[in-house]
Amino acid sequence: MNRLIVDGIEIDVPPEYTLLQACEQAGAEIPRFCFHERLSIAGNCRMCLVEVEGGPPKPSASCAVAVKDLRPGPNGEPPVVLTKSLMVKKAREGVMEFLLINHPLDCPICDQGGECDLQDQAMAFGFHSSRYIENKRAVEDKYIGPLVRTSMNRCIHCTRCVRFTAEVAGTGDMGATGRGEDMEITTYLETAMRSELQGNIADLCPVGALLPKPYTFKARSWELVKTESIDVMDALGSAIRIDTRGREVMRILPRINDSVNEEWISDKTREIVDGLKTKRLDRPFVRENGKLRETSWQAAFQAIAAKTGQAPPERIGAIAGDLCAVEETFALKLLMQSLGAVSLDCRQDGAKLDPSLGRASYIFNPAIAGIDEADGLMIVGSNPRKEAPVLNARIRKRWLRGGFPIGVIGEKADLTYEYNYLGAGPETLAAVAERPPAIMQKPIFLIGQGALAREDGRAILALAATAAHALGVVKEKWNGFSILHTAAARVGGLDLGFVPGQSGLDAGSLAKSGALDVLFLLGADEIAVEPGAFVVYQGTHGDRGAARADVILPGAAYTEKSGTYVNTEGRVQLADRANFPPGDAREDWAILRALSDVLGHKLPFDSLKALRACLYAVHPHLAKFDEITANDRFDIAQLAASGAAHTRAPFVSTIADFYLTNPIARASEVMAECSALAEGFAREAAE
Amino acid sequence: MSVRRLAENQPEAFAFTRENEAKCEEILRKYPEGREASAVIPLLWLAQKQNDYWLPKPAIEKVAQKLDMPFIRALEIATFYTMFNLAPVGRFYVQMCGTTPCLLAGSNAIKEVLLRRIGEQGKVTSDGMFSWIEVECLGACCNAPMVQINEDYYEDLTPQNFEKLLDDLAAGRPVKTGSQTGRVTSEPAGGLTSLTSLYGVDGRNGPLSTPDLNQS
Repeated sequence: MNRLIVDGIEIDVPPEYTLLQACEQAGAEIPRFCFHERLSIAGNCRMCLVEVEGGPPKPSASCAVAVKDLRPGPNGEPPVVLTKSLMVKKAREGVMEFLLINHPLDCPICDQGGECDLQDQAMAFGFHSSRYIENKRAVEDKYIGPLVRTSMNRCIHCTRCVRFTAEVAGTGDMGATGRGEDMEITTYLETAMRSELQGNIADLCPVGALLPKPYTFKARSWELVKTESIDVMDALGSAIRIDTRGREVMRILPRINDSVNEEWISDKTREIVDGLKTKRLDRPFVRENGKLRETSWQAAFQAIAAKTGQAPPERIGAIAGDLCAVEETFALKLLMQSLGAVSLDCRQDGAKLDPSLGRASYIFNPAIAGIDEADGLMIVGSNPRKEAPVLNARIRKRWLRGGFPIGVIGEKADLTYEYNYLGAGPETLAAVAERPPAIMQKPIFLIGQGALAREDGRAILALAATAAHALGVVKEKWNGFSILHTAAARVGGLDLGFVPGQSGLDAGSLAKSGALDVLFLLGADEIAVEPGAFVVYQGTHGDRGAARADVILPGAAYTEKSGTYVNTEGRVQLADRANFPPGDAREDWAILRALSDVLGHKLPFDSLKALRACLYAVHPHLAKFDEITANDRFDIAQLAASGAAHTRAPFVSTIADFYLTNPIARASEVMAECSALAEGFAREAAE
Repeated sequence: MSVRRLAENQPEAFAFTRENEAKCEEILRKYPEGREASAVIPLLWLAQKQNDYWLPKPAIEKVAQKLDMPFIRALEIATFYTMFNLAPVGRFYVQMCGTTPCLLAGSNAIKEVLLRRIGEQGKVTSDGMFSWIEVECLGACCNAPMVQINEDYYEDLTPQNFEKLLDDLAAGRPVKTGSQTGRVTSEPAGGLTSLTSLYGVDGRNGPLSTPDLNQS
């Protein structure tokens, strides 16, 4: 610890701290533009100047000076830093005046207005007026992709976007061409960025130069109501903030959650917004003579009751989709149980994960933050860049620090970091199990759905456990056995035991022609149901499920209900409601409760609170928010021993198109544009 | 200086010649493994030399590919340094120094010659023979004013000898590099004033008869 005095306050800070961090710890506010906690230090905006007594007779950029570089006084007194002296005040005013020389005065028409660092800091630390009377420079606006709009006159060259794409995203899309007054921030010859995290540069931009394109001129920041929520686009459960105006979701921004998403979110999470408004199911429908007809809730329920009344319990089944909250999955499970049905499944993709093997067999045991302390990674049957881009950025962050060998079995894709490609399929995995490479202290064995969502998935899981066991992945104080899920609802569904009971059918068999009389689809759109069964679809969008349905019950999207989600680590998180479902659509648990009454098996709750009380009584761990319940002892040897024969088919990631993985994304025009672009890039790369 | 963009008309492709490929390998060997990106300036320079003193887009991409870096990183370098030409230049590419010592010694007169004979800065003459640009100090101040044409310095210029120089170049006659008034390197213009005995018997020989410092 080094001692120093900041504005008369004595503090002790670690020697590797920068002056800026030390000043903040002492409670001093330091303005900054280029400095960002999660990016490298550039030191080019000069806004964070402070005075160091006994140092050089000029202000120092506090973001780029380390505490250990300060010298003590002649008699060993701690170094003195001033952040409010006259020198500092004048220096900041000077810097601000220079920054504003070329910055246009277009705040009234700038989307950043009201949440702009430059505005705020100009008010707090700036000079009262400008002495500059010459012409301002003009810079051409650039095309850098479908998600970020540029207004380059406003750019102050902090290079946060350049550092983000180079360091965090790993694609190196952005750069600064030219120099001096002619420096311009751009992508290579105005091509679109290729990162799945590119939307974050609009958040990073401290001025209005980079702005979210789909949000252009839609709203002002002070009109928006902000609701803290949880993302459902992938299984990470990133912390998000949903900004609404009236009933409309205007935008989605990340919240800081260091144990999950730090402060990034993927483009799908961010720009899904227009998908929440289009192709929505806003009233019940029944199919008559092959055509869907609008109807009332009561009539829809009657139609379902007529069919379920005739069907024997073993010919009734239910599939829960990828975006369901725990509450409605629980309600559906209770309803199915009361009907005597045992054919339930929450694994649309056919992943062979089984809750009876213990919770540790289907979650990301080391936790996402565990990647930071791991010393090796094996990726099996997964493409984390497509399946969880934010997690991929975390892996990249760890890889950049060095001493982190990565092996891949499965697809050979560009993951933004270097890895050792071992092979494509199960035989490579078997070889690893037989002859494990060097044993590490804290290895992570990441298994994707590409390895499990196949006919021999159960055998692959056992084989992976054998390999992980051989690699010493599970130890006394470290469990590196990790399943990376792709669906937000999956771990919650498995926690609830929403899987086939004794002699029940799994999702693949349920969808087969002639398997059932009545099939409930709770937002299940990723599975093709063959003709035969009477299909009840409860969901939000006119997508695959609705197209096949005989009765449609309009539900609420994730922004429109309060729901619990369990992410891939097993972390229980509660999402708040930000707006209301459109038209006659209702919250999903309430629909199931109303339906149960008509079916004659009234569910034992009348409010969400009562439902949750029931839920917590059965599954107490779901009441512990933001926690990962400690796992029962995980016997990897037992899992490994349960193996069976496997095929030789190579692993293929379950996500073919990152931008179109769920009904909301498929309804979004922005996602469609991104998808088309990505397809173009892929074709270009193949040539 | 103004905003620098790539030329509008670009060649289809660019490939290093066999000798230059070998040179690339030699340059790359100077950098430790994993730090190959540091070779971007020498490689761009090599590409520019090979391609008649200007850098086309395919060359920038080629260099970036060779060094395993994103294209934008190489473009940043190519646009930052004004010694990389992003558009074609004349067969004789004149870089005229206009910094203070040359200016005081009469570079404005040289500039007038250039404007009259070649035209605007950065424009190539219709026969493709000449183009010129004003640059900052090239470090030959004692022999001001001076220009660099392709890889050679031409010093002690006057409008008369500079016009003759341009004529000779255009006609393909041999020209003398260095001082155009006959002085040796940067010795005093009027002959040696000191060290005359030490520095050559006739006081004009200069470095041709550099004394052996180990003796004496």
